[in-house]
Amino acid sequence: MNYISIKNNQTILLSDIPESNYDSFLEMNTEFISGHDERHCVNYFGYKSGKNVKLICCIADDLVHEIYVSGCQVSKSEPLKSFSARLLCFEKFEREIHEQFGVDYTNHPWLKPLRYAYNRNDQSQTMNNYPFYSIDSEELHEVGVGPIHAGIIEPGHFRFICKGEQILHLEIQLGYQHKGIEQLFIEKKKLLQRASLAEGIAGDTVVGHGVAFAHVWESLSGFRTTRDMDYARTIALELERIAIHVGDLSAVCTDIAYQLGSAVFGRLRTPIINFMQEWCGSRLSKGLIRPGRNQFPFTTELAERLTQMLNTFEPDYTEMSHRLFSLSSALSRFERTGVVDNADARAIGVVGMAARMTNLNRDIRSSHPMDLYPELHHEPILKRHGDVYSRVQIRRREVEQSMKYIRQLLAEIPEVPLKSEALKTPQPNSFCLSLVEGWRGEICHCSLTDENGDLMVYKIKDPSFHNWMALALAVRNNEISDFPICNKSFNLSYSGHDL
Amino acid sequence: MIDEIKILIHQGKQFIQDVRTVQVPGIFRGRPVISLAKVDETALKAVCPTDAITANPVSIDLGKCTFCGECARCFPDKISFTKDYKLSTNERNRLFITEGEDKPVDVNPKTVREEIHRVFGRSLKLRQISAGGDNSCEMELNATNNVQFDISRFGIDFVASPRHADGIVITGPISKNMAAAVQICYDAVPEPKIIVLVGTDAISGGIFADSPAIDRSFLETHPVDLYIPGNPAHPLTIINGLLDLTRKLK
Repeated sequence: MNYISIKNNQTILLSDIPESNYDSFLEMNTEFISGHDERHCVNYFGYKSGKNVKLICCIADDLVHEIYVSGCQVSKSEPLKSFSARLLCFEKFEREIHEQFGVDYTNHPWLKPLRYAYNRNDQSQTMNNYPFYSIDSEELHEVGVGPIHAGIIEPGHFRFICKGEQILHLEIQLGYQHKGIEQLFIEKKKLLQRASLAEGIAGDTVVGHGVAFAHVWESLSGFRTTRDMDYARTIALELERIAIHVGDLSAVCTDIAYQLGSAVFGRLRTPIINFMQEWCGSRLSKGLIRPGRNQFPFTTELAERLTQMLNTFEPDYTEMSHRLFSLSSALSRFERTGVVDNADARAIGVVGMAARMTNLNRDIRSSHPMDLYPELHHEPILKRHGDVYSRVQIRRREVEQSMKYIRQLLAEIPEVPLKSEALKTPQPNSFCLSLVEGWRGEICHCSLTDENGDLMVYKIKDPSFHNWMALALAVRNNEISDFPICNKSFNLSYSGHDL
Repeated sequence: MIDEIKILIHQGKQFIQDVRTVQVPGIFRGRPVISLAKVDETALKAVCPTDAITANPVSIDLGKCTFCGECARCFPDKISFTKDYKLSTNERNRLFITEGEDKPVDVNPKTVREEIHRVFGRSLKLRQISAGGDNSCEMELNATNNVQFDISRFGIDFVASPRHADGIVITGPISKNMAAAVQICYDAVPEPKIIVLVGTDAISGGIFADSPAIDRSFLETHPVDLYIPGNPAHPLTIINGLLDLTRKLK
């Protein structure tokens, strides 16, 4: 056994992570995944350890609800055999390790820069000289879009290779949003600063990343959350899911020029986020989640307001979604557009909604449940076709499901204990991994502490890290005019990827 | 068709009639007010995650404030956040709230460039650039254009090309990797043009201010016409700021 099996949010000593030589490390981790749909890599990263690089690989097993963690030391001087040559889902992780430390691979299919981190190993790699794939042909042309896009969205560069109107290939260059968050986690010493950083990883997943950080910190510090804290976090996660899904349904309607759907779903997002403001003072929930305390307890008055709000929201939402999903002009734009089939989805290791659209059951709420999810007995909504239609259907149904869970939770509001436990400092020489199902999918935060209990490494993985490749595959053989709905149906994070 | 009409009737009128005076729901953290109560100022300063608080006299820089509310939680007698969402101004120093003062943050009409009202008073087209933004201010900018806030009724629109724009709106602390694109986009906007910064990250760098991965040199060489604070800025803060700058509504 050259790995250790841990639960979600469990803290272990660094010395408990078994190390093996690189060859057996590679064999073991690729064998974990090969032919096992229920397992996927949730994080694989490196950090400097003297002159060497220490690698840590975390494979989640959804059936036994455990995560297999293993380690390996490698020297930078000798090139390694890549995981990606066997399993494509390691592709981005290895590009990151290469970009950060200069670790070379002999057989990586695609060893390109990932996010142009400021502290990258090779400073001669710049935003302007990204090695785009190209095809030399007189019949094909390239379309470059971005970094600045037409709407009010984040920057990224998309390079299409097209034959007429048809997309043959899309390559996505990211990194424009990089602001060095992982390093700031180490340098900023105040807990509030770190909590603020967590909220700034992706402004559309404030609760998701906030909860992941809180779980990591509380686990490292041996803090036991009280029921009211778990309760508030569960409700906040589900409200964030509703708000974004409804907003994205609006955006998808905009992209198919269905003005009524765009306007109505757009306005239906407002009562949800305005409720967040009533609860915590911020429409996007900034300031709500804090490690070790329940900053804004969920009161009976709030429960009453939320029930009222849902009671007026639900009929409007149902009416509008019923109309959208019975409009043949809308369905003809959704169906068979932007398909990622199950085999491709498994190969590239997608997570969250992008996995569930193609019948791949990946949902941390059921596989590695945290907060109050064990009590909700969550059953993920699965679709089979992997097209835009599957993705919008999942959003439609997940909104309904989240409303159901919230109503269920509202039946019994836990009391806030008068006296709360004080938050201690993190344990030294420890490792903790936290998985949270945000609205996009699985968020993974990993943290390592040094001999004084200070943060030594903080690794963040947004679901977009896996899923950008799914978008690139989805648009193949589609008309370039369908790119916007393909893109919006995923709605991936640039900031969460670039960090 | 009948279904669509039913939906329209059920939705009714959604727009906010008066964006100048409407009340925001709940416990919005808008403009802070600092009392003259005596507190341990060193402890107060230490609470702030972005060093937005200075002592003697106690003041808060809204350009740095992340509106986390921690200072008000720890020192409720000293600091409280009001629901006043009008926080935008054209002068950086007007973003400092000092103890004992309870006056609105506003645009100083005397220092607004003369051509702004003349050229953009009726129509203002803006090109938004997210430069390291986390997508929160971007979502709130998008919200200004939904049927409730409906900023386009005032002749203000966000356009797809800098060539069509009268100015740029920057969100985010300006990452190094976006610095060149910000400059190219700004250069592509025809004169006269304005620069608007939305959100704490854009105004001061916010929590990212001392990250080596950001490059704010663009702002050292280009004058800013409007600062819209917030983390993220509220749609009403954005709309009121732009209306004040262009004097569309008296």
